[in-house]
Amino acid sequence: MTPEYYLVLAAVLFTIGAVGVLIRRNAIVVFMCVELMLNAANLTLVTFARINGSLDGQIMAFFVMVVAAAEVVVGLAIIMSIFRSRRSASVDDANLLKY
Amino acid sequence: MNPALTGVLADGGVTTGEAVTFWILAPIALAGAIGMVLLRNAVHSALSLVLTMLSLGVFYVLQAGPFIGMVQIIVYTGAIMMLFLFVIMLVGRNTRDSLIEVLRGQRVAAILLGIGFAMLLGTGLARGIGSIPAVGLAEANVNGNVEGIAKLLFTRYIFAFEVTSALLITAAVGAMILAHVEKKPGEKMDQKVLSRARFEKGNYPGPKAGPGVFATSDSVATPALLPDGTFTERSVSKVVPARELTIAEARPKAVNGSKEYGAIK
Repeated sequence: MTPEYYLVLAAVLFTIGAVGVLIRRNAIVVFMCVELMLNAANLTLVTFARINGSLDGQIMAFFVMVVAAAEVVVGLAIIMSIFRSRRSASVDDANLLKY
Repeated sequence: MNPALTGVLADGGVTTGEAVTFWILAPIALAGAIGMVLLRNAVHSALSLVLTMLSLGVFYVLQAGPFIGMVQIIVYTGAIMMLFLFVIMLVGRNTRDSLIEVLRGQRVAAILLGIGFAMLLGTGLARGIGSIPAVGLAEANVNGNVEGIAKLLFTRYIFAFEVTSALLITAAVGAMILAHVEKKPGEKMDQKVLSRARFEKGNYPGPKAGPGVFATSDSVATPALLPDGTFTERSVSKVVPARELTIAEARPKAVNGSKEYGAIK
């Protein structure tokens, strides 16, 4: 028996995150859904490290966490500055660059 | 780490204990993820995402990655989610999702697409990988997981590791620039500006009289009298509404044991 259940769980978690990005309007919740997708990818990396018997997958997951931390810091600062100028955290309101 | 434990955890096959842990924690992780998408309140969403991330941390530890599991719990649930909670408290605690659909049918289409994608990916993975034997990390973790990761991180991945530091510094500077609010020179209320405003023409520089001082009544609603005999409205708190007294309130109270109220003069 191989640990393929982890991969199925990661696929389902990734899908839930993607659906959340599509259906939610609050910018912060959309951002949390992106975090969930990153976490699902991390679970896949750790599981493949185990299947292949080398630690490279865990190192990849580690780097994904570092990039996610940097991304969260900058993203939340952008959300804060948009909220400061528009008094809204909804992704539908930021459409000035649309046309 | 205990070598016997490492051997059990790093085995390619799934032990009964691991299977039991997985089947307990996987529904919890799924419930947390679904709750994050469905809950209306952003704080509740963040807390259910914390639940999912904690379960994932346990999964990493189960799969012979104690270091990455601890980093998951410390960095993700400890630092990143707390940052999220801070920003939710600052920004959008009361903001609700708008129910206006900009693209008609987008939500239904997204949910259908998601179900299809999950079925396709899940069944594909289960069918494609179910027959491949897992090697397990017993050999890679023979000196302990942390040492194995350190050996790789500081030899093969040293360049990526160094670039990471540049990324983190850039992110910190970017966040500081984005969160900084520029103020005009006169806008900041420092001691110089406050002192100028105090001695401006038309402003009385001394301390303001308290309510009731030199007045006919010691009620806080009675404005103080200025030396020239006029009332100063500034001495009365703004939360005390100015109003006329009713007849019952205006007549003198009973004095010296008499139960009768005084007559209105």
